[in-house]
Amino acid sequence: MMNRLSTTINGITLKNPIIAASGCYGFGREYNELYSVGMLGGISSKGLTLEPRQGNKGIRVWETPSGMMNSVGLQNPGVRKFISDELPFMESLGTVVIANLGGSLIEDYIEGIELLNSTSVDFIELNISCPNVKTGGMALGIKNEVAYEAVLLAKKASKKPLMVKLSPNAENIVEMAKACEAAGADSLSLVNTFKAMAIDIHKRKAVFDNIYAGLSGAAIKPMALRMVHEVCKNVSIPVIGLGGIYCVEDIIEFIMVGASAVQVGTANFTHPLIISTLIKGLEDYCIDQNINNIMDIKGII
Amino acid sequence: MEYTKLKVINNKKIGSDIYVLKVAKYNEIISPGQFFMIKCWDDHLSLFRPISVYNVESDAVYFMYRTIGKGTEKMAHLKKGSEVELLGPLGNGFPVEKVKGKIALVGGGVGIPPLYETAKRLLALGNTVDIYLGYRDELFGFEEFLNVSHNLFVSSEHGNEGYKGYITDIFHAEQYDAVFTCGPEVMMFKVRDLCKEANVPSWLSMEKHMACGVGACLVCNCDTIHGTVRTCKDGPVFFGNDIL
Repeated sequence: MMNRLSTTINGITLKNPIIAASGCYGFGREYNELYSVGMLGGISSKGLTLEPRQGNKGIRVWETPSGMMNSVGLQNPGVRKFISDELPFMESLGTVVIANLGGSLIEDYIEGIELLNSTSVDFIELNISCPNVKTGGMALGIKNEVAYEAVLLAKKASKKPLMVKLSPNAENIVEMAKACEAAGADSLSLVNTFKAMAIDIHKRKAVFDNIYAGLSGAAIKPMALRMVHEVCKNVSIPVIGLGGIYCVEDIIEFIMVGASAVQVGTANFTHPLIISTLIKGLEDYCIDQNINNIMDIKGII
Repeated sequence: MEYTKLKVINNKKIGSDIYVLKVAKYNEIISPGQFFMIKCWDDHLSLFRPISVYNVESDAVYFMYRTIGKGTEKMAHLKKGSEVELLGPLGNGFPVEKVKGKIALVGGGVGIPPLYETAKRLLALGNTVDIYLGYRDELFGFEEFLNVSHNLFVSSEHGNEGYKGYITDIFHAEQYDAVFTCGPEVMMFKVRDLCKEANVPSWLSMEKHMACGVGACLVCNCDTIHGTVRTCKDGPVFFGNDIL
């Protein structure tokens, strides 16, 4: 049977271009109670750090028009526990496994990569862009030269394809993408959340203990799409597009501007079965438009 | 847990900003103290709202809620025959099988609903059930609790009915074998502390902002002696002494 949806990134074939975005899908266990998550093209794990983290204090979520802000702060069981307790489950699903790795110190990133090298994960997605961790993360994602150094070291350590997840808060998203490519990134995923803010006027305080938090959801899609378009015009490595994807049309838009795959995050919260319906919808679109493979329309804009 | 769309049977206003939503029969087994993520807007603008189960009958499920924002305001406009999206049942619920004897249920404000279904189950299991309901000003829904309790105590801060003051003023933990509570955190922690002093086990139903409701997004964190856990999946009911 013709697979109209398959896409290949860094030599790894995904059965469709839809990946669950990091931080919105745990390790796949919860949504697997609702539908078979093995149908996804891939799952990007909850953001991991070398050591376990408890995450941020205070309110962690705030709804906004067409979106939401979060300030989870990389709560996760640590790379070792991920490998022992979560990865065997993810491996069993029959989907591409992406280990999303964040941190504060470059040494921690390297040690995390070395631990993941000897596992079955298909990709390491390097999170240089989490807005919710006060040190590292964000700074890495903002300055090209800092990102360049980090990606260079990470690439040297990694035996897995290295996907670098970019922040829309970068000083210059195109220069950032080019710096990561030059440093050896095998692919890029963008965008992470936009740095944002909310105030509780009754308490006369910022809603979040960290003051700023990350905005995601439909509200950011037009900006994310623009950034993916700009980046795709300026790098030759595969780009995975994300940011506010809610429907089949959104996915097609990201592919038309050059994405080799997409990630779906926040939409899972408002539409718990959304990924299963998007896969079907994308297939229907291909049939309707007589497209043999969805990548035939990649980068046509 | 499943995701489903159900028909509204009715949506009754029982207080100035309190409603009881009745939806058609739900197939899955619901434990007292569990909740559903509820949504009645078809756009992608708003997250589900977590609402606890008030009452379960053979042909219907009831939710009692207060209109406090955009989502619940929209819910208040639900009419007979309209559709609601439900994701659930979610969470662990109160450990009704674990306790035995004389049980107190302490509710505050719009935290009282899950205690109704819980009381029903506790009575069916042969326990003695005393219920304490604390209100700020307007009383709502308390008459229903007469049918599921041996003793019902009511308080309001304005003293229009029942005891004038806080419900924790008239709650004596030492009389009970176990205590379940749901309401404002300050009230629940007071109940927990009174129970701790009297060496009585207590369980608290925590309320947090939620996004996914299923345990994936980690925004409804609750700090416990076992670390940071998920209110939606590991709770919402926690052993009182475990909560930091």
